[in-house]
Amino acid sequence: MAELAKNTADIQTTIPAEEKFIPPWKEAWRSFYKNRLAVIGLAIVIFFIIIAIIAPWIAPYGFKEQVMSERMQAPSSKHWFGTDDFGRDIFSRVLYGARISLWVGFFSVLGSVVVGTFLGIVAGYYGRWVDTIISRMFDIMLAFPSILLAIAVVAILGPSLQNALIAIAVINVPNFGRLVRSKVLSVKQEEYIMSARAIGMKDSRILFRHILPNSISPVIVQATLAIATAIIEAAALGFLGLGAQPPTPEWGKMLADSKNYITNAPWTLFFPGMAIMLTVLGFNLMGDGLRDVLDPKMKN
Amino acid sequence: MLTYTVRRILSLIPVLIGMTLIVFAIIHAIPGNPAQVILGQRATKETIAALTKQLGLEQPWYIQYFDYISALLHGDLGISLRTRGPINQEVWPYLAATMELTVVAIIIAVIIGVNAGIISAWFSKSWFDYAAMVFALVGVSMPIFWLGLMGQWVFSIELGWLPTTGRENPRDPVTSITNIYLLDTLLQGRFDQFKIVFQHLILPSAALATIPMAIIARMTRATMLEVMRSDYVRTARAKGLRMFWVVYKHSLKNAIIPVLTVIGLQTGLLLGGAILTETIFGWPGIGRYLYDAINFRDYPVIQSGILIIAAIFVLINLIVDLLYVLIDPRIKFTK
Repeated sequence: MAELAKNTADIQTTIPAEEKFIPPWKEAWRSFYKNRLAVIGLAIVIFFIIIAIIAPWIAPYGFKEQVMSERMQAPSSKHWFGTDDFGRDIFSRVLYGARISLWVGFFSVLGSVVVGTFLGIVAGYYGRWVDTIISRMFDIMLAFPSILLAIAVVAILGPSLQNALIAIAVINVPNFGRLVRSKVLSVKQEEYIMSARAIGMKDSRILFRHILPNSISPVIVQATLAIATAIIEAAALGFLGLGAQPPTPEWGKMLADSKNYITNAPWTLFFPGMAIMLTVLGFNLMGDGLRDVLDPKMKN
Repeated sequence: MLTYTVRRILSLIPVLIGMTLIVFAIIHAIPGNPAQVILGQRATKETIAALTKQLGLEQPWYIQYFDYISALLHGDLGISLRTRGPINQEVWPYLAATMELTVVAIIIAVIIGVNAGIISAWFSKSWFDYAAMVFALVGVSMPIFWLGLMGQWVFSIELGWLPTTGRENPRDPVTSITNIYLLDTLLQGRFDQFKIVFQHLILPSAALATIPMAIIARMTRATMLEVMRSDYVRTARAKGLRMFWVVYKHSLKNAIIPVLTVIGLQTGLLLGGAILTETIFGWPGIGRYLYDAINFRDYPVIQSGILIIAAIFVLINLIVDLLYVLIDPRIKFTK
């Protein structure tokens, strides 16, 4: 007995003190932090989120405040980004625009994640005819170039920012659906799912407590990258006149409204476009970094 | 090969049917009275009734769908509300213009993208590699319509090197034969016009090519890096083969499949991007046709424009799938 106690003590002392348990999120953060580009991406995203939140306090003018005597002024100390054809301050409008683009980006992707994940789980778990119907539906939707499908949806619902958001959510559903479906198909074969079924657990509990959490990491990666494309798509719809309506300071709409002034007031186009590009770049860099951390297999 | 081709074509049938259903829904799923929505608030009862009759909206939807499909099978795409012309005749010149633009764009994207990817992989971690990959990263984040506008600003307005909009010199219009102007001018031996048409093509096709170019470069680099680490490449080098041949002959052949997939997918992006590019550069293509239709609420043209572009996209993906088998016969057995 005494010997056993001694042996146990020995075992305990052989565990080195520095090999502490590191929670998975901490480990993930460490490897994310090592990727310099991903950190830059995160910084850009945080920067724009902060701007979106505090826009009303830091914007020197209102986004629809028109000063006709100050139309089409070049960038100056009074108007950092110049003014547009209505004499509105472009700097203020770009700041407010961050709210719209991020809002559309987040919520459209949230919508596609929720619907896509649900359909993907159902298709992957139940298989057979349910799977056939859902998968065919995805195939059909993916047969359209995405912006065209968005145009189709907006053509049905009517042009507005709200409907552009819905359209973008709809066109991204199959991407998430397919991703989750394939993940569910592989998770379903795992032994812990089989044992859950063996002890008589209900389908809904298996689906949402066991399969879903184990299928979610590629979804997070895909969602980050999808926000980037959603922002571009929203701007594209705005540019075509199918998204935000005036005087909403949506970046794509600002480009469309100013495109006739390219010769004498190019700054009206430069800054809103730059804002779109930077935000999208931020999400792309962050998404690439997240993918390396959460889902190395998906790389390339 | 034949069985595979037939099976692949048959699998398109449900997709094509689904596509017509979605396109059909563009008019029929409009909440309320579609004719009223198309004509606007100020329309009279008579004009609404006339349009309802013209579009066949008074019938039950399944009969309308059946009529729509049988018309499509006869090549009838409906009548434009704006020009009152039959869409199937109107659309050809637009389609040819878009084809010219996208083909030139995809050629630029593939040539530059694949080579930049190869050189990046060959000299990986060199300054060229870093520069190309930063360019690719920025390229995929660029809204195409902004890139087009900035190109216009710098190269047309500031530097005056290239024309701002359009497809030809309006004072000396091209006599069209095929509506693909590069070809038409050559056929007629008008090299002066060829030069002008070519100059008009540079900015829009370069803008359209940027995103696919960036994606193709990244993809090529990644697959080439993998292939160049393989044993047979080492063998080829060990027996003293020149690096150039190892890269362009041995490695590229095995790296091209994923690249081909990307090229296929990007063509869809190009067709979508054409709507934006054509709007900016006043290019009289199908995207511009669709854009004008949107502004005029010309729903039959919106429907047909979307259907045509989507059908072309499906066709291109079919061709890409069949090309795989030609390049890599192993695929046939796994499917």
